[in-house]
Amino acid sequence: METILFLAHTEADGTLGKAALETLGAAKTLSASLAGSTLVVGLVGAQTQSAANQIAACGATRFLSVAGADFSQARYASDILAIEALGKASAATIILGPASSRWNRVMAGAAQRLGGRIDTHATGIAAAEGKPAVTRWYYRQRMEGVLTRTQRPWIVLLETGCGAAWSGEPGTTSVEPLAITLPALHTTVTGIQAPAADAQTIRPDANLLFVAGAGWTKKQADGQAHADEAEKLILGFLVKAKASLGSTKSLVDLSGEGQAVLKFMTHLNQIGQTGATPRHPKGLATCCHGEEPHTVGWRFVNERRAINLNAACSWAQGKADVLYVADSFAVMRKVNELLAAK
Amino acid sequence: MPTAYQIVVCGSLVPDPLQTLEPVTTPTGPALKNEMMLPAVLDPWAGHALFEAANLAKQNPGSKVWFVSIGPKAKLQQVMMTIAQKVPFELVAIDGSASGFTEASEAAAALAEAINGIAGLDKTRLFVFGGWESASRGSGATMQMVGERLGITDQFQGVDQLTVQPDGSFKVLERIEGGKHQVSSCTALPALLGWATGNLPEPPNNPQVGMLNMRTVMPALQKAKAIKLPGDGLAFASVNLPKQRRDTKIVKDMTPDAIAAEIVEWIGKE
Ligand SMILES: Cc1cc2nc3c(=O)[nH]c(=O)nc-3n(C[C@H](O)[C@H](O)[C@H](O)COP(=O)(O)OP(=O)(O)OC[C@H]3O[C@@H](n4cnc5c(N)ncnc54)[C@H](O)[C@@H]3O)c2cc1C
Repeated sequence: METILFLAHTEADGTLGKAALETLGAAKTLSASLAGSTLVVGLVGAQTQSAANQIAACGATRFLSVAGADFSQARYASDILAIEALGKASAATIILGPASSRWNRVMAGAAQRLGGRIDTHATGIAAAEGKPAVTRWYYRQRMEGVLTRTQRPWIVLLETGCGAAWSGEPGTTSVEPLAITLPALHTTVTGIQAPAADAQTIRPDANLLFVAGAGWTKKQADGQAHADEAEKLILGFLVKAKASLGSTKSLVDLSGEGQAVLKFMTHLNQIGQTGATPRHPKGLATCCHGEEPHTVGWRFVNERRAINLNAACSWAQGKADVLYVADSFAVMRKVNELLAAK
Repeated sequence: MPTAYQIVVCGSLVPDPLQTLEPVTTPTGPALKNEMMLPAVLDPWAGHALFEAANLAKQNPGSKVWFVSIGPKAKLQQVMMTIAQKVPFELVAIDGSASGFTEASEAAAALAEAINGIAGLDKTRLFVFGGWESASRGSGATMQMVGERLGITDQFQGVDQLTVQPDGSFKVLERIEGGKHQVSSCTALPALLGWATGNLPEPPNNPQVGMLNMRTVMPALQKAKAIKLPGDGLAFASVNLPKQRRDTKIVKDMTPDAIAAEIVEWIGKE
């Protein structure tokens, strides 16, 4: 008999975000398919009552909470105590949480403390023959494994975009607060460093991922490089299409070496083996060769198109749905024109 | 706080990313086809951690870097031939599997034991570094568990920057959602940092550093303790390569204007 703890932290506004609601949806489904299991909610945040009310109708038997100013921010030393307390108070055998940066930072430590095991970056959890089984990727999204574990508690962090978010009418529910005595803390979270609004190119919720490759900085047919125009075309497109900007490793490495290339590009934009694996419904690759270490980062991009001068580039090898053999400068100039006219 | 640091970097090796990988089933669980034949490289984010460690040590005289690694001895030796040319460190080698299918908590136990075995370890001067995720298991779990076993509760993951302040405290930038960083300040050691890319280029090879390192690398490999990571309680129902290979439509004879119109229409579709 499993006790499933849905464990989430609130967002800055005190509510539960999309990732948390998707995890709750998965927890409900799992609970329904494991006979005799119970669902418990555990919440962490500055205040948790409004989040509890938001999901009052989810069918949990208990709502546990660790709340207070010390839990408003993501900090290992305080978050781990909250998670440990919620894990113990709920006597959870399975703990499901969203794979947010906050939970990714601390949940494995919590698994160690609770004497359990953890699987992160899970893309699914489902009951098979009465036992929960987790799906996740290995070798940077190169192969997909399905696994089971006998140890409990078993903590699973679910990636976003893998299932439907739970939805239901808000209500009121009573929350059982857990008191935590914090030791002297050495770490203070002092703020968030974000690029200036106009340089904010990473938009996880965008419909389109626009990838720029090193070709944008290479010598073109006229024997010259046109980094200035590339920069204008790319930024212009991002604003008009509200797309998120990805890059290849080659291009960010060039930027890191201080070459006069796309200044707004940092290694945070890098997609691939040693970069990010974002989730977007569509992706457009430009001036990018589509080599395997790059395209493994496209695992969760559904529809894929590429523009490349080279008909034999790697996108042609079954990696894109459509490869346009063309000059990205010419195409994107026109795309921007059309979008501006809309 | 002292500034002569002890910096212990944990990192393993992974198959060269340009290699084709194929899973196979073995009596002990999943593995890679021809795993021992695949050329290996230093796990990229662990590599960044090592280069950041070396840089921190260089800027703070009296500091020392250890590199603690679990891997098959022969592969470790192969990877050390290149890495040892780059930055000074003392190797602590553990002879065991570097497979992505091993269990993080078992790897963490072996790493923590090896770190605790370092002679003269002083936790008030200790930074434990590693990659925030491996390119094999890719779970970001091992380092946190190492930290727990060493009693380190000032932990940071997805670190891109560490700056020591004039008062000895340090500032850390960790990756969070949306291309942003969380900024923290920490006033005490020990601390554990799982590095993302950081800000340093890969150091060039330096044969002198290589010669110096090799004095400790070879003995460390010789006395590497052999361990098993059995994956108790863990069972894989399947491991598969993704099947979908797309039927790529290669469009060669459209004008840029026509392509642009098609792309704009595609972007606009729900
Ligand atoms: C350990 C390791 C890890 C790696 N990790 C990553 C990773 O995480 N992410 C990643 O991206 N790479 C990674 N790589 C590198 C990867 O193998 C490739 O080298 C890289 O992706 C190539 O980048 P690119 O396509 O931008 O550049 P190039 O290979 O230089 O390709 C440029 C492309 O632009 C095209 N082009 C030029 N001009 C135009 C034009 N006007 N119009 C249209 N097309 C044009 C060219 O035809 C060419 O295909 C890794 C490599 C290693 C060894």
